[in-house]
Amino acid sequence: MPDGSPLSALHSIRFKGCETDILCAEDQKVLMAMEQKIHFPNPRPVRVGCRKGGCGACRVKVTKGSYTAEKSSRTHVTEEEAAEGYALACRISPRSDLELEPAFLGPRRPVENGD
Amino acid sequence: MSQEGLLRPGIIQLRVLDMDEAITHYRDRIGLDFVSQEADGRVYLKAFDEFHRHSVVLREADSAGIDFFAFKADGQEAVDGFRKRIEEYGVDVTDVAEGEMPGTGKRISFMIPSGHRIDIYADMELSETAPETHNPYVWKDEPRGMRAQRLDHCLLYGPNLPEVEKFFTEVLDFHIPERVDLPDGTLAIWMTVSNKAHDIAFVNHPEPGKLHHVAFFLEDWSDIGHAADVMTRYDISRDIGPTRHGITRGQTIYFFDPSGNRNEVFCGGYTAYKDHPTRVWDGNHVGRGIFYYERQMNDAFLSVVT
Repeated sequence: MPDGSPLSALHSIRFKGCETDILCAEDQKVLMAMEQKIHFPNPRPVRVGCRKGGCGACRVKVTKGSYTAEKSSRTHVTEEEAAEGYALACRISPRSDLELEPAFLGPRRPVENGD
Repeated sequence: MSQEGLLRPGIIQLRVLDMDEAITHYRDRIGLDFVSQEADGRVYLKAFDEFHRHSVVLREADSAGIDFFAFKADGQEAVDGFRKRIEEYGVDVTDVAEGEMPGTGKRISFMIPSGHRIDIYADMELSETAPETHNPYVWKDEPRGMRAQRLDHCLLYGPNLPEVEKFFTEVLDFHIPERVDLPDGTLAIWMTVSNKAHDIAFVNHPEPGKLHHVAFFLEDWSDIGHAADVMTRYDISRDIGPTRHGITRGQTIYFFDPSGNRNEVFCGGYTAYKDHPTRVWDGNHVGRGIFYYERQMNDAFLSVVT
């Protein structure tokens, strides 16, 4: 399904530390809207990785607004963290204007069990 | 037969977040054949040009990544020999019973210093849809999707590369066609137990047990272009390519499955005989080694893993 169809309601997304707000449609993912609208030479406020909820590169904390989230790896966002507003930007769509800040964790040294 | 001991990569078991999406991706887009789904939920697939029952196993889980990578040996005697050498080296070996996977004999299983699980086995049933062997056609049914011919290799990310290298070369009889050495240590090694440019590769990374990509072999550069067309048609998340690797000289596209596991379609690559010297890259030229046309790594190559 194409992202950002013209029939879908648009919301404003503000990234902490980024001068320009972007618009994101309700049927679009926040990360893909950012990729479309912010590119070189402007630095992207959130890192782009797999775009599929697996790698954690686009981990953010949503500090204001409501959104829907699709399934993503619990390695990067636990249930408790999700309740606190953490999410992967590639898995969330806005339901209101949003404010968010990058929360990429980087590689973690302790061994994890995957599941 | 002059190649003895381990023959080739045989099985990869991947974790996926949503099984239905994963099946669509691996069957219809990459073009693997669906073999079976078993009572525990795992799904078994194979590429059209592979002889044995399955090569790719998908397990639904709440995280993406790799469960294990398995090499096929040329007989149970060889497996028993490796077991002895691995245990004498000081690594614990676990048994996996025959039938833990359908059509698959018993395996030995062990952890390597990068935090990954490796299995070795000798026996797997031939597939009912194996390639023909008597006056064969190049295929029986037209290949689908990206027309993957076989599971080719994987690249794993984890710590302790010198120990990984020592284990694979001294205990499992791999050789090293290519490597990247930085002033503060080895960044990456490409290893083979056959004469493909690589059967498995490792990049130094602080977090253990991570998957960078699993690669599927395509026939040629033209099929790489066709795979790129498939990716755009179905809005598959692409990392980089079509391009070429300086290392291995393979032609490639990196992209992601619906759970964020990186896939590669790969063709070409040189032939790596055991008596060939290792090709060595340094930090000033590694960009051209990884992506030959771009001549620099992208942001995702060194950091995006599952």
